[in-house]
Amino acid sequence: MTRYLIGRLFWCIPVMLGASVLIFVLLRFLPGDVVDIIIGSEGSATPEVRATIRRLFGLDQPIYVQYLVWIGAVLRGDLGSSLRTSQPVGGLLLSRLPITIELAFLSVGISVLLAVPLGVLAAVKRGGPAELVSRLVGLVGLSLPNFWLATMLILIASLGFGWLPSLIYVSPLSNPIENLKQMLMPAVSLALALMAIVLRMTRSAMLEVLSQEYVKTARAKGLAERVVLMRHALKNAMIPVITVVGIQMGTLFGSTVVIEQIFGLPGMGWTFVNGIYQRDYPTVQGAVLMLALTFVFVNLLVDMAYAYLDPRIRYG
Amino acid sequence: MADRAAALAADLPLPSVRTPPTPAARWRRIAAKNPLGVLGTVLIALLVATAALAGLLAPFDPVAQIARRLTAPDGIYLLGTDEFGRDILSRIIFGTRISLYVGMVSVGIALGIGGTLGLIAGYFGGWIDNILMRLMDVMFSIPSLVLAIAITGILGPNLRNAMIAIGIVYTPTFARVARGPVLAVIQNEYIAAARTVGARDGRIIFRHVLPNVTAPIIVQTTLSLSTAILAEAVLSFLGLGTQPPEPSWGTMLGTGRKFMETAPWVAIFPGFAIMLAVLGFNLLGDGLRDALDPRLK
Repeated sequence: MTRYLIGRLFWCIPVMLGASVLIFVLLRFLPGDVVDIIIGSEGSATPEVRATIRRLFGLDQPIYVQYLVWIGAVLRGDLGSSLRTSQPVGGLLLSRLPITIELAFLSVGISVLLAVPLGVLAAVKRGGPAELVSRLVGLVGLSLPNFWLATMLILIASLGFGWLPSLIYVSPLSNPIENLKQMLMPAVSLALALMAIVLRMTRSAMLEVLSQEYVKTARAKGLAERVVLMRHALKNAMIPVITVVGIQMGTLFGSTVVIEQIFGLPGMGWTFVNGIYQRDYPTVQGAVLMLALTFVFVNLLVDMAYAYLDPRIRYG
Repeated sequence: MADRAAALAADLPLPSVRTPPTPAARWRRIAAKNPLGVLGTVLIALLVATAALAGLLAPFDPVAQIARRLTAPDGIYLLGTDEFGRDILSRIIFGTRISLYVGMVSVGIALGIGGTLGLIAGYFGGWIDNILMRLMDVMFSIPSLVLAIAITGILGPNLRNAMIAIGIVYTPTFARVARGPVLAVIQNEYIAAARTVGARDGRIIFRHVLPNVTAPIIVQTTLSLSTAILAEAVLSFLGLGTQPPEPSWGTMLGTGRKFMETAPWVAIFPGFAIMLAVLGFNLLGDGLRDALDPRLK
C-alpha cells in the first residue's frame, strides 16, 4: 500500500509538470504584446520603456528559460504578483481556496447523502415510487444547467421569501450558521447534477451486486436483510460510486467557477474568472495551476478510498 | 443409395430458418425497448427542424428592438421581451441555430483531433501511445470548463474562440474513447491478414480498424453534443462566448439575470431551451449506447 502510494505520488509529478507547461504555453498565445497588458490601458510607452519592461519581466529571454524561471519560482511557492493589485498571487489564492473546497465538500455531501439511499431503494424495491423518483432525478439533474438552477433558486428565494444572497462572504469560523445559510443555495445548485450521476451509478451497481452469489449465500445463512444490504451489498456497490464521484470532481470544480460568480462567493473560481475579465494573467495562471493540483490530489484520495473499501485491492 | 438418402432427407423435418429481421424491423424492436431513446430522437429532430426553419417559425426578427423593454409575456410576445425590447421567443428560436452550430463545430474538432490521436495511439502502441496518452492525461488534469474559460479568455471572447476552446477541451475524451476498442480490434486475425498481404498502416487503420470501433465513438459524439451545448451556454453566460446582439441562450440567461426580480421571463425561458437540448442529446446518446452495445441486445 505504502509503495503503491509513493508510486502514485511520483506519477502526479510529471502530470503536474505537464499541466504547468500547458498553462505556461497557453498564456504565450495571448494576442498582442504582453507589454501592452503590463503597461495597462493608459499605456503609451517609449520603445526604451518597453525594452526595460521586457528585461524586467524576463521577456527578452528564450521561452524555455522563461518557463524554467517561472516554474522555479512556483516550486518555491512564488506564483508572481497580480498585475492589478501587485498582491502576491500565491497568498491571494490560498486565502480563496478554502471557500471553494467548502463548496465542493458540501455539494458532494448533499448529493451523496441523498443519492445513495435513494439509489439503494430504487434497486431493492424495483418498480416502486423510489425507482420512479430516481429515474426522474437522474434525467432532469443531468440536463438542468446548474447556472440556471442557481438563478432560479435566487429568484424563488427573493420573490418567495424576500431573501437575497448576502454580498459579503461570512467565514464558517466567525459565524458557522450564517455561513451555512450562504453556502446552501450554491451547494444545492452544484449538487443536483452530481446527485443524478451518483444515483444512476448506485442503482446499477446495487442491481449488479445483488445478483452476486455471495449475496445469495449471505441471505441463505439467514442474515437479516438489513445486514445483507449494508454489509455485503452496499459496501461493494460503493466502489464504482466512488470512482464516478472522483471523475466528476473535475466537472464540479469547473462548475464552482460559474456558481461562485453567480452568488458572489470569493473562492478560487471567482478569482479565476475575474482574473480573466481583468486580464490579470499571473492570477489566472496561478488559479488554473492550483485547481489542477487540487483535482489531481482528489483523484489520489479516490484511489486510496478503493483500498479501504475493497480489501482485494492492495496495490502490490 | 442416392434414392434412399433422398427419401430419408424428405422425411426429416426441415431446419427452421429464421430470416434475419429487416433493418426497419430491427430498429422498431430497439425503439420499443427504449422509449426514452425515442423521446431523445424526437427532441433532437424538433431542435434541428427549429434551427432549419427558424426564419419561418420565429414571429419577429431576433435582433430587432421592436417593443417596449421587458414586456411581460402576452398574446403578441408569447414569451415577453428583453431589456432591449426584443422578442424572446424569436431569440430562443434563432438561438437553436447557434447552439447546434457550436455543438457540431466544437465536437467536430474534438472528434477529428481526438479520434485520430486515439486511433494512432491504439494502433501503433509503444512509445507513440505512451506519449500521446500521457499528453491527454495532462489535459485531463485541468478541469475542462476551467481550461475552456482560460482558452477563450486568452484568445479573446467570441463565438469562434469558444468553439475552438470547447473543441480542444473535449479532445482527450475522444482520444480515450477511440483508443480503448482499437486495442481489442487489432488483436483480430483479419488485421494480421491485412498486414500479411502488405496493406499499409493508413489503409488498415481506416478500412479495417475504424469501421469496427465506430459504435463507442458515435455514442460519445452524441453525449458530447449535449456537454458542448452546455459549455457554450456557460461561456456565453459569463460573457466569454457568443457576443451580443447574437441570440445565444447562454447570453440571454446571463444578461436576463440582471432583470430577474422585475422580469423573470427573460432568464427563465432560455434555461428551458438549454435543458431540452441537453436532455435530447443525453437521451439519444443513452439510447444509442443501448442499441449499439451488442452485450445489451
